[in-house]
Amino acid sequence: MNTEIIGIIIMFLATVALAIPLGSYIGKVYNGNSTWADPIFNPLDKIFFKFTGINPSNEMNWKQHLAALLTINLLWFLFSMFILMNMGWLPLNPDGNPSMGADLAFNTTISFVSNTNLQHYSGESGVSYLGQMVLMLFQFISAAAGMAVCAVVFMAMKEKTTEKLGNFYNFFIKSCTRVLLPLSIVVATILLFNGTPMTFKGKQQFVSLQGDTVNVSRGPAAAMVAIKQLGTNGGGFFGTNSAHPLENPNYFTNMVENVSIILIPIAMVFALGFILKRKRFAWMVFGVMTIGFLLLLIPTIHNEASGNHAISKIGITQPLGSMEGKEVRLGSAASSFWAITTTCTSNGSVNAMHDSLTPLSGMFAMLGMMVNSFYGGVGVGFLNFYIFIIIAVFISGLMVGRTPEFLGKKIEAKEMKIAAIIALLHPLLILSATALSSWLYAHHPTAYAGWLNNPGNHGFSEMLYEYTSSSANNGSGFEGLGDNTPFWNISCGIVMLLSRFLPIIGPLAIAGILAKKKFVPPSAGTLQTDTGTFGIMVFAVILIIAALSFFPALALGPIAEYFGMR
Amino acid sequence: MKQNILPAIRLTLVCIIVFMVIYPALIWALAKAAPAKGEGETVIVNGKVVGYKLEGQSFTADQYFNGRPSAAGYNAAGSSGSNKGPSNADYLKEVQTRIDSFLAHNPTVQKEDIPSDLVTASGSGLDPDISLKAALVQVDRIAKARSISKEAIMALIQHHVEKSVFNGIEKINVLKTNIELDKLK
Repeated sequence: MNTEIIGIIIMFLATVALAIPLGSYIGKVYNGNSTWADPIFNPLDKIFFKFTGINPSNEMNWKQHLAALLTINLLWFLFSMFILMNMGWLPLNPDGNPSMGADLAFNTTISFVSNTNLQHYSGESGVSYLGQMVLMLFQFISAAAGMAVCAVVFMAMKEKTTEKLGNFYNFFIKSCTRVLLPLSIVVATILLFNGTPMTFKGKQQFVSLQGDTVNVSRGPAAAMVAIKQLGTNGGGFFGTNSAHPLENPNYFTNMVENVSIILIPIAMVFALGFILKRKRFAWMVFGVMTIGFLLLLIPTIHNEASGNHAISKIGITQPLGSMEGKEVRLGSAASSFWAITTTCTSNGSVNAMHDSLTPLSGMFAMLGMMVNSFYGGVGVGFLNFYIFIIIAVFISGLMVGRTPEFLGKKIEAKEMKIAAIIALLHPLLILSATALSSWLYAHHPTAYAGWLNNPGNHGFSEMLYEYTSSSANNGSGFEGLGDNTPFWNISCGIVMLLSRFLPIIGPLAIAGILAKKKFVPPSAGTLQTDTGTFGIMVFAVILIIAALSFFPALALGPIAEYFGMR
Repeated sequence: MKQNILPAIRLTLVCIIVFMVIYPALIWALAKAAPAKGEGETVIVNGKVVGYKLEGQSFTADQYFNGRPSAAGYNAAGSSGSNKGPSNADYLKEVQTRIDSFLAHNPTVQKEDIPSDLVTASGSGLDPDISLKAALVQVDRIAKARSISKEAIMALIQHHVEKSVFNGIEKINVLKTNIELDKLK
């Protein structure tokens, strides 16, 4: 057990050690400063700009950024719908997998365009290789779109009064070519040499040692697994994601993949410090996020390592912890670390089945998604945190009787209204959708008998988790839920759509409005936002808004299950 | 919106070429230098493919080390976990059945000596490994079924046990060990 902790500490420290230099590199890229990698990437970017006719020095205001973002996303939606509904007859389909029906294609398209990667299909039988490649494309570009919006907000937070916030396409292209692509090539290569397949050949058949005929699914997995982790996408090539031995062959690849999950989200925080030249502020943000993250992580490791009480009662020893849904080569501690990193960052890949986590661990995984800003997804994680900062500035301003100012800009009623709406949207979507599905299930138990894989409180948790994951744009699931039905496909699709774009529009609008305002130089009356005190304030806001609004629902699900098992 | 449509279309086309064609082609080309050319490493016995190095397969016979229970029935074309919740009564009954069946096949083993990985289903349904403890409790049964000495099997386990430096878990690869088991006389 103690040795299992060492692996986790190494993973976390390695991530922070890599994230600090990566953060200043990303900061330089968005600032347009020169970096050591320019000789390689300048020609590549030139190709992009030449063929797209985009002028990267054409600066946009926040509304123009929004229009550019929404237009290109609409286009991606149409492209993905076409491929997913026609891939059965299109090329690169050696296993003869079928096209998707309209509702599943709708769900899958929204899921990948919104960086969620909720999967109501199984990779081995539900998509062709062409389909997988299209989904992989979205893993790049949806992540880059989130990073680009985050870059716009960073620009808006600079100490000046301006409407011009850089060029959206420029941020987008550079996020793709200078951050996601090179890192993906490195991670994919590591996976290749550890046994993850990268082939366009179909299934292979053999006769096993005991005489059974076995078909093995394979495919171009290594390329996809790399970007699924780095872009906080999480959509796996195979059905069981990174629990699958071909997708995650050994403990070393598990470390590489898990570091990839949280690397860019943490690096974005340091990029913020670099761009604003406010390192202390970045460390405050990192500190609040890390404390929240550890508060979820430590009890989860403890719970999983102590095993399932119900199995102890039968009289079985659990030296490796709770092993249902987990892999021996990874162990329960590494699976706990993965479960919390993947839910805190809106990644959503899994290396163990979350449905089989012990009740409180399942709750901490859900809490990570409910808060959705302890690191958060690439780009969008900081946008969520930004909302909490705005609210904290306003509340603490009122408490001490100072004008609420953030980085030299006055926060007024309009910005506060937007922030409050966005902060409350997440609980509203999750709780009302869960209430609707629970109502349907309770009133039509025979018609919807196929929905739940587990009875009682755990069944409720399956529904709550599904909508939490959709609204957090996470994509993991309590996969026992029978979710490939029109109801789940469409309702989750709508939740993912709203929860992707509204939380992007809100912070972008606030940042754009603030950037236009007059800069007020700091005085003795200014509220310091880079101190520990302010950090505690932000933490309290997160706790009250995010955590407490979900408490009643959690009490019905995992908490009730926990006490029921005592 | 109008002035965004054309750049959006052209940008999407370039992205398709770079991320859907060039990037996977590059990784595919790199795979030619990787083990088994990136087509999945197989295990070959007497010139025949008998399995995938990384993926577990079903072993139910008494003379082999049995792997972990699999919700997918070790179907390598349809990985799956059980997704059973920890408090699910049906699931706990299933665990009890696995214990009873294990004790029936291994009469020398006490219930409290069975490690949990032998009675719980893995995440992928394709777990290639069992813990060292899970291998040791099967020694008596295999020795009897094959009429060979326990010491020979113990030596085999000692030879095949792998311990990860990062997590300290001692495990054996079931397929690899069973192939060696077949070679014992």
